[in-house]
Amino acid sequence: MSQSERLDKTRPDKATLVQMFHAFIEPEYVISDEETQRPFECDGLSVYCDMPLIVVLPDTVEQVQEVMRLCYRYQIPVVARGAGTGLCAGAMPNPDGVLLVLSRFKHILAIDPLARSARLQPGVRNLAISEAASVYGLYYGPDPSSQIACTIGGNVAENSGGVHCLKYGLTTHNLLKVEMVTVEGDLISIGSEGLDSNGIDLMALITGSEGLLGVVTEVTVKLLPSPEKAQVIMAAFDNVQTAGDAVGGVIAKGIIPAGLEMMDSPAIIAAEAFAHAGYPIDAKALLLCELDGSAAEVQEQIAQVEQLFTQFGATSTRISQSEAERALLWKGRKSAFPAVGRISPDYYCMDGTIPRSKLAYVLTEMQKMSEHYGLQVANVFHAGDGNLHPLILFDANVPGDFEKTEEFGGRILELCVEVGGCITGEHGVGIEKIRQMHVQFNEQELRQFHAIKHAFDPIGTLNPGKGIPILRRCQEYRSLDMGNGHISKNESVQYGEQA
Amino acid sequence: MRGIDKDISHELIERVKQASTDGIALKIVGGGSKDFMGRQTEGEPVNLAEHSGIVSYEPIELVLTARAGTPLVDINSALAEHNQRLAFEPPLFDGQATLGGTLACHLSGPGRPWNGSIRDHVLGIRLINGRAEELRFGGQVMKNVAGYDVSRMQAGAMGTLGIISEISLKIMPQPVATITLKREMSAAHAIEEMNRLAGQSKPLTAACWFDNYLYLRLEGSRSAVDSTVSHWQGTTLEDDNNLWAQLREHQLDYFSGDAPLWRFSVNSNAQHFLPEEDWLLDWGGSQRWLRGDFVVDELQALAERAGGQVSRYRGGDRLQDVFHTQPPALRQLHQRLKHAFDPSGIFNPGRLYSWM
Repeated sequence: MSQSERLDKTRPDKATLVQMFHAFIEPEYVISDEETQRPFECDGLSVYCDMPLIVVLPDTVEQVQEVMRLCYRYQIPVVARGAGTGLCAGAMPNPDGVLLVLSRFKHILAIDPLARSARLQPGVRNLAISEAASVYGLYYGPDPSSQIACTIGGNVAENSGGVHCLKYGLTTHNLLKVEMVTVEGDLISIGSEGLDSNGIDLMALITGSEGLLGVVTEVTVKLLPSPEKAQVIMAAFDNVQTAGDAVGGVIAKGIIPAGLEMMDSPAIIAAEAFAHAGYPIDAKALLLCELDGSAAEVQEQIAQVEQLFTQFGATSTRISQSEAERALLWKGRKSAFPAVGRISPDYYCMDGTIPRSKLAYVLTEMQKMSEHYGLQVANVFHAGDGNLHPLILFDANVPGDFEKTEEFGGRILELCVEVGGCITGEHGVGIEKIRQMHVQFNEQELRQFHAIKHAFDPIGTLNPGKGIPILRRCQEYRSLDMGNGHISKNESVQYGEQA
Repeated sequence: MRGIDKDISHELIERVKQASTDGIALKIVGGGSKDFMGRQTEGEPVNLAEHSGIVSYEPIELVLTARAGTPLVDINSALAEHNQRLAFEPPLFDGQATLGGTLACHLSGPGRPWNGSIRDHVLGIRLINGRAEELRFGGQVMKNVAGYDVSRMQAGAMGTLGIISEISLKIMPQPVATITLKREMSAAHAIEEMNRLAGQSKPLTAACWFDNYLYLRLEGSRSAVDSTVSHWQGTTLEDDNNLWAQLREHQLDYFSGDAPLWRFSVNSNAQHFLPEEDWLLDWGGSQRWLRGDFVVDELQALAERAGGQVSRYRGGDRLQDVFHTQPPALRQLHQRLKHAFDPSGIFNPGRLYSWM
């Protein structure tokens, strides 16, 4: 069939569509009533929500392919969703579309301890991978804060990070292979069990593509040997500039910590009240630095780091003496978001990245904005890799407060771009940061993104309206592209035969 | 070769504009050191060696930005002054290799399974597409998930998507200590052993096998390296740096002569195949080199059984396809992406595959 023959311009009504899904998915997994749909109306960024036309929860790849074929035929938007922990409204439903929930794909298909890899269904939780691999002395590197709940399929879609990125990389550094269903419903395999594949690096494109290019149905990840030892050193500073300099000092010494986190005063106070980790509440900045590796190496490096922190003016330092103490020191940091949630009715978490040397400047400017908007801000910072999470405190019940917060947040992201950084380090663009995409990219660059999207999704139904802002001239550009014979009849025939 | 400090991006853009209007194929050349890779093609040469120089280098940020034509040797010497390095250990090819060519060909050295490849270290690029637009993707920060990852997408595309004009990279510190261990064993046993040892939390950063010997490189802090040597078997190799450099540069005896050189990129633990043939195993078993004349289809079947792919890295008939055959659906995606970047098909046509 040619592309046009696979498309049907008359879309069936909702009841008919539900019947069509019932033909291959058990009725209880096709949700069309408002009450049962309600839990799916948003992802982790609940300020953006909408109701989908229909929610489907398939549990075989064939069913996913059928869903995609049906939606392709009638040009129905498809939004894929994992656990819904994302923080950019990337999985917010489309009111005219199908929400394709992959949470039933939760099986670990295989672990190969010698080759150090795991083959997973997309709904496997991030932490479950490391738990299953631990019997072999292995673990999965990327560890986003939501790792108890977030799934590997979502991690691929968002290119998730975590506190160990500087040393162990993001999701994109830890993938071997992905199986994906295309917008037309074809199953394709990208990557291999080797470390690279011939041709264009499609894996790089898929990772972090926010569900705009395809639906991931299987993921093979690399596993790492669990370090013999890990130890944390905590250091307090009386200003953020010296703490930032101390981070630079560690890097200059040739030490790459497993994790290197910073908190500012409001974040320290909130986290301590929540976790009772023993953080010095009078400090203006706190560093948590984790070293891991062989026991001998950790011992050597922790002593070096302690000496450096003291040289750079730390007012106090503390080294974890047990696994329990290490966990406690991390508990404060890892619970910083909910901790801030306790001191304010609502908070809004931003995700810019900056060159580390610009930290003091950015924090000072942010303080000025905070005064301008009359909204407090607390900062947690992946200091090793420059990823800043300002938490803006607000009250959604106060009329106009959220609008002010959104504007403040937008200005923070613009500031990040101005100093040479970017609008999102690990949370993604989704709906939330779509306006700031214009700050980071010019029209030509955005047009190139649309051309990539068009190569995977010629009818534009995969998670439409997210990730890449629609350009005024885009439609024109796309029709121009088609006119050039981009999707020739022959190609489509070939692709159709593939299916 | 020492690179010059010169920015010719305006000339490059003009060249692309002209070529696109006239429908003339361009052949992108850096230092010319990797002319042997990919398919043999024709085209008007665009010399990137003139677009050269380190634009910025911030040792404490662990970030370097350089124009694509910058020779790697220049970058290495700038980094060495701060005890830093390109952790992906790219081959220098007599000092001719440039940064842009290394990314386009996706070349990395023996440490690749542990330290990552050049693709893993790329943070951002400038790319001149087929519409003669110089575009910026990624950036100079470690984490950036805004937009599609066009920077890493260039790794292995062999310049078919545009002219990479500038690259920002993550830089890493040099290890303090290095020791290499050597042990006699068969290839099959070496595969087992390399995979077993890679599963331990030890500072292993290279593992290869040839001529019946397994070589293991340990790098890191003095204490970590020394304590591992005391636990692992093998004799310490004198002048170990030379071994890994010769392996990286393909200067070992194994690589001499004209017989075609095949590269398998497979599951590191895949069973040893064609045991009677002439092999060199690198990357802890993930990258396997084979010499000689073979039937492509038979090698491709073996590679797929081993979970990976095969390419004809050097030698043989370069008018034929040299990279692993793409299944039809991926082939179509390649063609659509090529069109998305290069609608008039002017950049290195046919270099990657005969059909794009």
